Amino acid sequence: MRAAASLAFALAALMTTVAHAQNPIPVKIGVLTDMSSLYAADTGPGSVSAAELAIHDFDPAAHNMKVDLVSADHQNKPDVGVSIARQWYDVDHVDMIVDVPNSAVALAVSDVTREKNKVFLVSGAASSDLTGPKCTPNTIHWTYDTWMLAHGTGRSIVKTGGKTWFFITADYAFGHALERDTTAVVEANGGKVLGHVFVPLNTQDFSSFLLQAQASKAQIIGLANAGGDTINSIKQGAEFGITKGGQHFAGLLVFIPDVQALGLQAAQGLIDTEPFYWDMNAGTRAWTKRWQVKQPGKFPSEIQAGVYSATLHYLKAVAALKSAADGKAVVAEMKKIPTDDPLFGKGYVRADGRTIHPAYLFQVKSPAESKYPGDDYILKATIPANEAFRPMSQDNCPLVNASK
Amino acid sequence: MFDIFGIPSQALFGQLLIGLINGSFYALLSLGLAVIFGMLNVINFTHGAQYMMGAFAAYLLLQYLGLNYWEALVIVPLLVGASGILVERLFLQYVRKLDHVYGLILTFGLALVIEGLFRNYFGSSGEPYQVPDALQGGHNLGFMFLPNYRAWVIGFSLVVCLVTWFAIERTRFGSYLRAATENPTLVRAFGINVPRMVTLTYGFGVGLAALAGVMAAPIYNVSPQMGSEVIIVVFAVVVIGGMGSILGAIVTGFGLGIIEGLTKVFFPEASSTVIFVVMAIVLLIRPAGLFGRLG
Repeated sequence: MRAAASLAFALAALMTTVAHAQNPIPVKIGVLTDMSSLYAADTGPGSVSAAELAIHDFDPAAHNMKVDLVSADHQNKPDVGVSIARQWYDVDHVDMIVDVPNSAVALAVSDVTREKNKVFLVSGAASSDLTGPKCTPNTIHWTYDTWMLAHGTGRSIVKTGGKTWFFITADYAFGHALERDTTAVVEANGGKVLGHVFVPLNTQDFSSFLLQAQASKAQIIGLANAGGDTINSIKQGAEFGITKGGQHFAGLLVFIPDVQALGLQAAQGLIDTEPFYWDMNAGTRAWTKRWQVKQPGKFPSEIQAGVYSATLHYLKAVAALKSAADGKAVVAEMKKIPTDDPLFGKGYVRADGRTIHPAYLFQVKSPAESKYPGDDYILKATIPANEAFRPMSQDNCPLVNASK
Repeated sequence: MFDIFGIPSQALFGQLLIGLINGSFYALLSLGLAVIFGMLNVINFTHGAQYMMGAFAAYLLLQYLGLNYWEALVIVPLLVGASGILVERLFLQYVRKLDHVYGLILTFGLALVIEGLFRNYFGSSGEPYQVPDALQGGHNLGFMFLPNYRAWVIGFSLVVCLVTWFAIERTRFGSYLRAATENPTLVRAFGINVPRMVTLTYGFGVGLAALAGVMAAPIYNVSPQMGSEVIIVVFAVVVIGGMGSILGAIVTGFGLGIIEGLTKVFFPEASSTVIFVVMAIVLLIRPAGLFGRLG
């Protein structure tokens, strides 16, 4: 009888451990992105593929975790983005939202994430306010921001003689932030801004604005826009003889899918700052090959690479905490452990939520220089990690001030 | 040089011309819509997708068959027009006699399907397409630099618009067509094959959209969503001009291009909404549109 009882106990104990092993830590990740409009090629389905790769590489089973992935299209509308985020957090038990191109949507989702104490990893949006006045303990800004673009591209152009600027700016949070940050850089380096025009998002015809830029006689026409807007500006700029007339474009935010859409003939010579280029080294090339299995014929943008890297780092932090429940705790853990992956190299997450890694200044090749598909950039300079992003002392981030 | 409301007249003339160029796209697209609505009573929401198909067809012909812009200008409207005929035979002929809403929903659904297919296959960043060699460069008009290609767009679309207007309003075939929309049974009694005429008219309207697509390929980003971006504006143009009025579509197309162009100078932030403001005002004052008749 005694033997039977102890056997039963032993069995029960065994069953609970089995049950424990069968109940892995649940994690649900939501990729909230632009699936169908002007930013979809730089983010969109390619970002979802990148998140899938991150989950695969992390190997959740080995960490006794179960990771689910959902995705949705925010249509570049903050109200749509916020209602999806709320639905995900409240009803679908999503623990973390990643990507979110379009700064207007990202700023709105950042507020919801803080309110619900979840995690928000920004790769797609650019506004440096996300780690500035609008920083939260639940948000990490991963890939790039307007400060990085302004300083990388803006400074190098002013230093090579582009002293007078005219901005064609996307009329919403992102464009305004990018213009503001670039203006500061231009003026700090002895340049002058002659004028600007605010253009509604997703405009087809830029010729009116190009004429205004032409009339300003500025040496540099700064494009504080992105995606389809940048493509249309440059394409039509070539037509109106902007570059032949001695003026130059500064594409402040250019991604490799945009360069592919323009063709090297139209895009050649553009200066561009990015923290990732698929053809940087063996690690980025190998990753790109695996990504291309899911996205044949395309080349990953820095944003898509950032989704991979951010998701991977998030899963490491959840594994260390053994829970994804407390968003603030997960973000704190992500700030504690250094970042390291084949795409961005070694780095870290700062107290204000800014991920720190090197950035690179590229120039778009001419058709003659390009030897194989996707061979689009020449590396002009490396901006070391400690110079690539805004110093925390200039952030105005309440998190940093509070800890002082 | 003198100033007008603080804007140098030089800049203003340039903007007027640009407005006229954009207006020629609106005119071409709204012309097709007006023809289709006037003759078939169908609100063709697929129009934007068919415009996009035109641009993509030009790109594909160049990429895979090596056919240049000029060849595309002839072949693409025929190809896409034929696809329109197929759509009319397969779907539209069954909803034509029903309430407008059925045709609207059918064509809207089709537009989403077509756009989705293109996005799935080509992605959304778009494909490059160069301005044809013969139209490279431009002329300095003194007050602005006019690219040759834009000059061609404005001239060619004006010709297409006038020829279409003439064909429908002034020829024997056009009079059959107009009679057939008024009273199909009577026209059939005269031995005219009305269903075939209607099918061909739809094909023609779609062909016009495709033609605009080819013309747009060298200047706008050739991407799956290029149609949905422009179609709403074009609908506003048609509503302002008066649904189904050919002349209304042409005149308002050019006119609104100019209004939009001026807005881009005086208050750029509003340039994407000004057309809808005009639409609201026109609907309040003349519900049938500027050139429309209340039926």
